[in-house]
Amino acid sequence: MWSILQSLWLVLLHMFQPRFTVQYPDEKPYLAPRYRGRIVLSRDPDGEERCVACYLCAVACPVDCISLQATEDPHGRRYPDWFRINFSRCIFCGLCEEACPTYAIQLTPDIEMGEYNRQNLVYEKENLLINGTGKYPDYSFWRVAGVRIKDKDKGQAENEAPPADLHALTP
Amino acid sequence: MNPVLLKIIVLLGILIVVLTLASGLIWLERRLLALWQDRYGPNRVGPFGLLQVLADMIKIFFKEDWIPPFADKPVFVLAPAIIVITVLLTFAVVPFTPLVQIADTNIALLFFLGMSSLGVYSVVLGGWASNNKYSLLGGMRAASQMLSYEVFMGLAMMGTVMLAGSFSMRAIVEAQRHMWFVVPQFLGFVLFLIAGIAETRRLPFDLPEAESELVAGFHSEYSGMKFGMFFVGEYLGVILISVLLSVLYFGGWQGPFLPPIVWIVLKTLFFICFFILLRAAMPRPRFDQLMSWGWKWMLPLSLLNLAVTGAVVLAMRR
Repeated sequence: MWSILQSLWLVLLHMFQPRFTVQYPDEKPYLAPRYRGRIVLSRDPDGEERCVACYLCAVACPVDCISLQATEDPHGRRYPDWFRINFSRCIFCGLCEEACPTYAIQLTPDIEMGEYNRQNLVYEKENLLINGTGKYPDYSFWRVAGVRIKDKDKGQAENEAPPADLHALTP
Repeated sequence: MNPVLLKIIVLLGILIVVLTLASGLIWLERRLLALWQDRYGPNRVGPFGLLQVLADMIKIFFKEDWIPPFADKPVFVLAPAIIVITVLLTFAVVPFTPLVQIADTNIALLFFLGMSSLGVYSVVLGGWASNNKYSLLGGMRAASQMLSYEVFMGLAMMGTVMLAGSFSMRAIVEAQRHMWFVVPQFLGFVLFLIAGIAETRRLPFDLPEAESELVAGFHSEYSGMKFGMFFVGEYLGVILISVLLSVLYFGGWQGPFLPPIVWIVLKTLFFICFFILLRAAMPRPRFDQLMSWGWKWMLPLSLLNLAVTGAVVLAMRR
């Protein structure tokens, strides 16, 4: 009996305690910078697309919501012809971001993607591309990769030794 | 003014106020529960979320009013009406103020007991007509719980009847001019409070609908406005018990400075809030615990209260 009265009193005292509710649309909760929200495609510091259309994100995706088509520009640089993410399927697991070798695909702290029409949740490349570098401001895949593209021959990448001369006899 | 016309106005006034209050209680309960659980509750629709009730009403009116094919149809339809009718009828004998009372009978308390016994039928028939094992279990629990708690509810009230010397609620209120009956009848008050909670099937005595065990107990199969009737009936019962607590033990409309209607509303609101606090704080007992509490503690205590009060009243009169 005493414990009943005690618990009544304790519950009554909760009247004077602050409430835990975050009144969401009026009051936005804090989302960490690495929060896994809406997926974007970032650009390298030169403003070119980072994505090299390697399909690793599409392979890694556990719900198969990413699809793309690779193509090449005249200088041998690969990029996606189209890139599509179906956000009505996406589970925001971040595996695509982990799989991406060029830091192109990134998850951002934005969760407000509600739509009345489900079809509007299918984002095309122009919806996904952003005009920035995202979380890795200085990284440029083509500058560190040993692949020949326009304005950069083999051996000219950062920290890359010149290629060995196959016809030389010296070791 | 024509006395018949006055009566009709009072009657309609009580009916409208009580029904509005009953639906308003849904809002009050949700807000208060939220307050005690460090939440906000409904605060979006209208000022302080007050229009939430209206929105819910509109929703419940437009819901499909489904009667399961396996149900006993006439009884199924009748059951939710019974509880609202019986509770509303009881309000006829409650003296809110000297002016606002529909019928001042000399058997008011007996009428209340009779009506609350009839109210049990609503729950039992609802559980039976649903033709569903969980509903039936809920109905059975309701029957045994309300019958056993009604026994000492009546016995607990007899203390006030003896002190006032009348079954009329108005006489009981007027007998409390010098001292509220909660002082000489404290045990009776506690017993009546517990029995009242059990009568309204509110937590901690909500075993008939025990969501965690019986789906929704006796009203598992009810939807739409029929469910709404059970809901409104429950809140009407809360108001009724709160009014009766203030009438029988806290001097009814009597109080200094403020007009009588304000006093009765304040006292009633206090008890309504207490009912909600109970819901916020209490766990639900097991059914055998409930029954053994009723028969092994409450009944002997109320008999003791009855005997002692009777003896004291006799000795005083000598």
